[in-house]
Amino acid sequence: MKSLIAFWNILKKDIRNYYLKPPNISWGIIFPLSWTLMQLIRSQGNIEISALLPGLMSMSVLFGTTSMLAVTITFERKGRSFDRLLLAPINISTLVFAKILGAVLFGIINGFIPVVFAAFFINLSGINWGLLFVAVFLMAVTSALLGLLIAISAKEVFEAQTFSNFFRFPMLFLCGLFIPVDKLPALIKPISFLLPLTYGADILNSTITGNSLFNATFNTFVMLIFSLLLFHLCHRNIKKKWIL
Amino acid sequence: MGIISVTNLKKVYGDVKAVDDISFDVRSGEVFGFLGPNGAGKTSTINMMTGLSRPTGGQIYIDGIDAVKDVKKVQRIIGVIPDENNLYDEMNGFENLCFCASLYGMRKEEREKRAAELLEQFNLTKAANRPFKTYSKGMKRKLTIAAGIIHNPKILFLDEPTTGIDVESAIQIRELILDLKKQGKTIFVTTHYIEEAERICDRIAFIVNGRIVRTGLITELMSDSGKEYKIQLKLDRITKEIGEELENTIKNCSAEIIDDNLCLITSKERLELYPVIELLKNKGISVYEAKEIKSTLEEVFVKITDIKASKLNDKGGVAG
Repeated sequence: MKSLIAFWNILKKDIRNYYLKPPNISWGIIFPLSWTLMQLIRSQGNIEISALLPGLMSMSVLFGTTSMLAVTITFERKGRSFDRLLLAPINISTLVFAKILGAVLFGIINGFIPVVFAAFFINLSGINWGLLFVAVFLMAVTSALLGLLIAISAKEVFEAQTFSNFFRFPMLFLCGLFIPVDKLPALIKPISFLLPLTYGADILNSTITGNSLFNATFNTFVMLIFSLLLFHLCHRNIKKKWIL
Repeated sequence: MGIISVTNLKKVYGDVKAVDDISFDVRSGEVFGFLGPNGAGKTSTINMMTGLSRPTGGQIYIDGIDAVKDVKKVQRIIGVIPDENNLYDEMNGFENLCFCASLYGMRKEEREKRAAELLEQFNLTKAANRPFKTYSKGMKRKLTIAAGIIHNPKILFLDEPTTGIDVESAIQIRELILDLKKQGKTIFVTTHYIEEAERICDRIAFIVNGRIVRTGLITELMSDSGKEYKIQLKLDRITKEIGEELENTIKNCSAEIIDDNLCLITSKERLELYPVIELLKNKGISVYEAKEIKSTLEEVFVKITDIKASKLNDKGGVAG
């Protein structure tokens, strides 16, 4: 019960202090909107919104979660308020869950903003919403854990941002968001399969456009494995790098 | 075994020995001071005892719990006030305290009641709804201390509690530490202010270059060094020649001429005043005052560590 109180209050504090701040809310809206407009202008209006939607959703989740978590944790570490969490009688797993849950929720909301925009232009009635939600949730979890992993290695906020971009921008092109994985050069393709976002985007593609590389069960299973692996890495690295 | 027991504790960062094989016990209900210059290993020791850092070697037991193996259990009974204020700038005083209480699993009503009590105790009630970032240094320090004791811990660790704050706030904080002691708390405090250590601590350990060079009760440390007796004489005049004559007449003593009217006589044995006064009277010198000068903790520290006391205070701030 005591851990639950701590967990809930860390989550509540993060949501209030970071995620509900106007710049972050506007980021969640402006970012997917500008990418959609960019694609529309580039294709001179001849674009199929349903083909664009999985990529936009994946990108919104990825950018929303990784940067927020990496930056907020590095910020708290720098101001030493994070020490307060490490000094409290909360185990590391509870702390990791509490810190990533805010980012996961933020990522999920960000991920559905392009869906809201798309609803004005296309018919979304054929979508398997349950599966879509599972994909967005797992993408948010893996991206948040990736953000945490970055935060563990960064000492300064600018380092966290640089590391985040180092991972995120290649993922835009390697994970089948806008270029299908099967059309990537044979040498690059194996890298795509090592990135969790590839499998999340594949679920979104299957449920929105009907095109996919793997079946949804396989993709979900791989995403779960990635989540556990990243969680373990975060847990281990926190103990190693934060409790010196 | 004390309520805190540290044995052969070591911390090595690369080639640097931050803490070099130290051992000490802290008794229940006492204020134990860790006194040393910056970089002596004070914060490294606190970090290892509170779970922010892992020892390279050695054992730490806090209230019978192995703090190396079971640090989360230890964290339930300790409160830590770090050397830097580490609350949340955007949150107000009341919210900060409530949040810190929630980390110890305190329920809403309980934490709100305790936060209000502490704000009152620390004279911060009027500032309760102001963001932490708008507080003065002294107010920030007080709120940080309040956050450290919100869960009513049995043992408190204070790292440089009065560094960088105004004299008035420093005095209030020292009074508060003594109040907490009266409530039966065990307090481990690091400081580089000798006067502060002298005022609030029962026992002190001098730490230099990661090693403890002396531990003891303040009175013990003072009397150890007080093997010399010093008498300061206020006279109508004094000359170098008369000083030499005093040294020749009185066994094992040295006479230092401070100015035209002051002379300091130091002896390994307790000084008998009559022969001194008689000698001076025979020379036609009037003695107006004879005062015993006791060693200060500063002198004891300098004698034991060979470090100039001024070097201790190079971090800045007001000793109060």
